[in-house]
Amino acid sequence: MFLTARTRLVFRLLAVVGFAFLYVPLAIVVLNAFNSSRTFAFPPTGFTTKWWRLAAESQGAKDGLVASLKAGLGATAIALVLGTMAAFAVQRYRFFGRSSVSFLVILPIALPGIVTGIALQNAFHSVLAVDLSIWTIIVGHATFCVVIVFNNVQARLRRTGAALEHASADLGATGWQTFRFVTFPALRGALLAGALLAFGLSFDEIVVTNFTAPPDVQTLPLWIFGNLFRPNQAPVVNVVAAVLIIVAVVPVWLAQRLTDDAAGSRF
Amino acid sequence: MLLLVPPMTWLVVVYLGAIAAMLVSAFWTVDSFTENVVREFSTANLHTVLTEPIYRTVALRTLFVALAVTAIDAVIAFPIAFYMSLVAKPRLRRFLVVAVLTPLWASYLVKAYAWRTLLAPDGPLSWATGGYTPGYGETALVITLAYMWLPYMLIPLYAGFERVPRSLFEASADLGAGTWRTVRSVVLPLVFPAIAAGSIFTFSLTLGDYIAVGIVGGKTQLIANVIADQVVLNQPLAATVALIPLLAIVVYLIAMRRTGALENV
Repeated sequence: MFLTARTRLVFRLLAVVGFAFLYVPLAIVVLNAFNSSRTFAFPPTGFTTKWWRLAAESQGAKDGLVASLKAGLGATAIALVLGTMAAFAVQRYRFFGRSSVSFLVILPIALPGIVTGIALQNAFHSVLAVDLSIWTIIVGHATFCVVIVFNNVQARLRRTGAALEHASADLGATGWQTFRFVTFPALRGALLAGALLAFGLSFDEIVVTNFTAPPDVQTLPLWIFGNLFRPNQAPVVNVVAAVLIIVAVVPVWLAQRLTDDAAGSRF
Repeated sequence: MLLLVPPMTWLVVVYLGAIAAMLVSAFWTVDSFTENVVREFSTANLHTVLTEPIYRTVALRTLFVALAVTAIDAVIAFPIAFYMSLVAKPRLRRFLVVAVLTPLWASYLVKAYAWRTLLAPDGPLSWATGGYTPGYGETALVITLAYMWLPYMLIPLYAGFERVPRSLFEASADLGAGTWRTVRSVVLPLVFPAIAAGSIFTFSLTLGDYIAVGIVGGKTQLIANVIADQVVLNQPLAATVALIPLLAIVVYLIAMRRTGALENV
């Protein structure tokens, strides 16, 4: 290895500082969830679990959670189907305009959220004349979740290659049988990881959601945003925030277990 | 090839269709008496956006913030990715990958909010530094956005490090290069497309953000705030202003395509 002991030490120290930068703010949110001061005076003078009880009783937070789960599941289902199809087409066939497909898939996540948001709102409102509902949220989320499934599946297809599928066809399997018994089992991990990550993205989205949600539907991020500046609600919001931080570990850990590509090909 | 029909129909109809409709509406106007949208071609909005100094000021400020955020993220992410890929042992590496991904999936709002708490007048930073905090404004905004987008830079960069063939380090050492020379002349050029890929996200996310700006930015406005404020009052004008980040990112994507960044996304 070309690294001297001193270089290793330098990079180790820099990495420690970097990880501290990533985690200190999150740690403070979790700490403040127990801070007995309503205004989060720092350092805390006392600790309490009172806010957790209040948060557990908050109807707004519960409704938000339900709306976010619905939006996330709907968007993930659509993204799984569309993303897998596009990944197959791009990875297993050669055709004119192939690179444009990748470009088009990336576009909804690469363009600024506000552009996607107002474009969709305008389309729903003045072009299609549909009322905003949970479905318009799902359509918006699915559009930018496709790329995540696409990239996970594409990475897996690239690695497994087409040899097994050819072998299966040579042995007389129909196209469906090959998919059912050869391709799908090889893809399962990538599909699950893609689904988890897509769900996570949808669950957290606010910029586009703000423009595609009707006034009477609040996803969890919209609820948080709506209550962030209300002094009364601040401790409850903080508890919800702390829960979200802790819960975030689960899908990441699962996705990591399911596929080694998770880090390299999230997008 | 039938496989392509559903996804492409969705993306072209739902997405490109919506973008196209927005582009068309950018050339409509709003009747100042009835407040109804007048669906006739007019360059009035374009004229407004190009001549009123406020739009140029805000656009330049947004560009500056996006550049600062991208640069800060690249500088912070480089040693972390370097350490994870080349120094850390495999067991630790797996753990660190999860550690990098977790903040990404912790809620966006939670992170903006965390910095609002950290930078509060009687918050932790003020306590730790004996009263100093940048307050809510442009500095706080740059710090917060850099924090929130850091994983988007870190993940492609780490993947980029993982793809560097290890034999090149031996080759570089055999040819007499010291550590720093190898880092500068071998590692950096090879991971550059990954940095470019990460910068697409740091750039685009900054150009599209108006929520974090509202949380930690104080009175600062970025281009997305102007759009979000206009959208209720004057949708066509909002669409015209949205051309600025749209064009900026398309130009950026085309430029990045040349560096091979899109394959690293």
